[in-house]
Amino acid sequence: MKTLSTKIRESYSHVPLLGWLFGALVAVILEHFLGDMLADTIGLPKIPVLFGFVIILKKPLLIPSAAAYVSLTYVLPIGVIARMSGSLVNKISSKLFNLSIVITVLVHLALLYAILHLWSDISAYRVLMLKLTLIAIILTLSLNVVNGYMGEFSCSHPGFMALGAYAASTFTVVLFVNDKLFGPAILPAALGPFMFPIALIIGGVTAALGALAIAVPSFRTRGDYLAIISLAFMFIIKSLIENLEVVGGPRGLSSQPDLANLPTVFLWTVGCIWIVNNFVTSTIGKALNAVRDDEMAANCMTVNTKRTKILAFLFAAFWAGVAGGLFAHVLRYVNPGTFSLQKLAEVLAMVYFGGLNSVYGSIVGAVSLSLLGEALRPLEILKWIFIPLLLILVMIYRPTGLIAFKELNVRNLVKPKQTE
Amino acid sequence: MVFFFQNLVNALQWGSFYALIALGYSMVYGILMLFNFAHGDIFMVGAYIGFGVATGLATLASMGAIALPNWLILVLTIIISMFLTSFVGMIVERLGYRPLREAPRASAAITGLMIGIILETGNLALLGARRVRFPSLIESVTYDLGGVFVTNKKIMIVGVSLTLMLALHQFVRRTKYGMAMRAMAFDTVVVPLMGVPINTIAAMTFAIGSALAAAAGILFGVAYPVLDPYMGIVFGWKAFVAAILGGRGSILGATLAGFLLGFIEIFVPMVFPSTLRDFIAYSIILIILTFRPHGFFGEPYSAKLRL
Repeated sequence: MKTLSTKIRESYSHVPLLGWLFGALVAVILEHFLGDMLADTIGLPKIPVLFGFVIILKKPLLIPSAAAYVSLTYVLPIGVIARMSGSLVNKISSKLFNLSIVITVLVHLALLYAILHLWSDISAYRVLMLKLTLIAIILTLSLNVVNGYMGEFSCSHPGFMALGAYAASTFTVVLFVNDKLFGPAILPAALGPFMFPIALIIGGVTAALGALAIAVPSFRTRGDYLAIISLAFMFIIKSLIENLEVVGGPRGLSSQPDLANLPTVFLWTVGCIWIVNNFVTSTIGKALNAVRDDEMAANCMTVNTKRTKILAFLFAAFWAGVAGGLFAHVLRYVNPGTFSLQKLAEVLAMVYFGGLNSVYGSIVGAVSLSLLGEALRPLEILKWIFIPLLLILVMIYRPTGLIAFKELNVRNLVKPKQTE
Repeated sequence: MVFFFQNLVNALQWGSFYALIALGYSMVYGILMLFNFAHGDIFMVGAYIGFGVATGLATLASMGAIALPNWLILVLTIIISMFLTSFVGMIVERLGYRPLREAPRASAAITGLMIGIILETGNLALLGARRVRFPSLIESVTYDLGGVFVTNKKIMIVGVSLTLMLALHQFVRRTKYGMAMRAMAFDTVVVPLMGVPINTIAAMTFAIGSALAAAAGILFGVAYPVLDPYMGIVFGWKAFVAAILGGRGSILGATLAGFLLGFIEIFVPMVFPSTLRDFIAYSIILIILTFRPHGFFGEPYSAKLRL
């Protein structure tokens, strides 16, 4: 006797990733055009913004309607399309796969972007949440390089983020905005989108330079030294920015140009995942793992441990800076208080929830905790009891996180699944 | 000069809070090699327990149910709250840290962080967002020592802190349990094989650390009688830095570093704008750690560190 779940799993085993993406695309197209009508018919005030979670917690009476809505718009179309189109999509998928891996990946990404774009098009709230989630992915990945792959405990990520945010914002505000702090714009606003990558890279490089200040003294010895130095560094950066009247001091810096639109954030996130994944699977990444497992042995095996550690740390700081730059341009306002202990707890939670030493894990951790944080919002302060409890349970039963030590293999992910 | 001594007195008081909290961090870190990030919030819980006990005793005394002078109420409050808060510490150890003893140490640190958040939020949910006033049990009397004003509260705070630190020092140096703790700090693998019960010692470490944090919380409440659920965060993280600065597991080191932090924080605003306080304090710590990576009295690690 087969159980229902194995039956379902078997009947979907031949569906490649492309099939799921097609299904999701159809689902979001349906929601985009028929969502309002459907919500109205079922008795919901408007389209549930977050798969009905918020509605369920706010008005328990609407649970059946929300469940019906979610199953009608998401579960049913995705399930049916993925199942039905299985053989056809497999053919397309294998054609693409034989053509070139680059094109295959690009097609998948284009589909993914289309899905996210259509999904978030429904409300401004979804767009904002999506952007912040994507930024959280960058941040989590970069912290995982230090805490997971290198096995140190770094607490300075909010500091790097602050450096990146302020450097990038200063750059764009000076160039493109008539600001009372920095004077009139130097360049026409039309150039903004082209200069934005430069701004982000400046942010990342600033953060990396800051990281150098920690890395040089702290990698002389092993141990928990980095934890303290980086913590002190985070406080120093926050205090420094609070005292810099040029960038607004404790009042914060606002009026960043609206450059971080969804495609930009998406592209940077994808780029980050790609580069970090290549970094950790490269020789340097393997050297980093060797340093974590046994520094002395790694040293004997000709790994230049000090250089490897500093390089990885700067690399992580760079991405944290980029994330900070994006963050500042998404919210279009930053103040030093944002980059404090709360942010630190958030990022650490995402890394350790998702899983150490794993690109998959970081993505899962960032997405699930961001979603959870938003979905549990109606619980108000009780949210801050549920999420920590969940994390403690994860730590107790899976001490290294949900999906730890798993490599992201793109080729396996996109390849067609033929059953015959 | 008078100005200097006046600030010295204030710095001694401010440093005693840091030193008392730092001791708890330092003991747990020295013996179990864990960052107990929940410790700052245990300080907060201790202050609130102290508030509850003090209010209860003061009400009883005013109703005439017990005839106690106010200073005795304060002493009783400190003792009862230290006792009660030590159980909070043991519960935190039992639920949050013991299941993770074989796990990567960083995971345990995350658990501590999360327990801290739960304690803050739990307090907020139970008592609401309003701040509470710690009952003023002793009248403030000011003594004029050649221009330097010293209140009896300050003397009491510094005196109680130093007494507790000395008591802890004697406990760790002179008793069998203290010896077990020192042995555990030296080697966590072999010492349990020699028949030292690691669970008892771990629970005891947390209990003592939490009791000291509770004492710090009550003394803080005496000096600055407004308590809020998030008061432990900043204090906790600063004391954590002080504990590491003192050196792994060193009681003297943690005490000195706590006082040093207090001195820096009081004396920096004398010379520089007060907004630069954190910046200068942490820069000094960073410089010290650059030249003494293991802190004041720390030794290089004897056993190999796990992740």
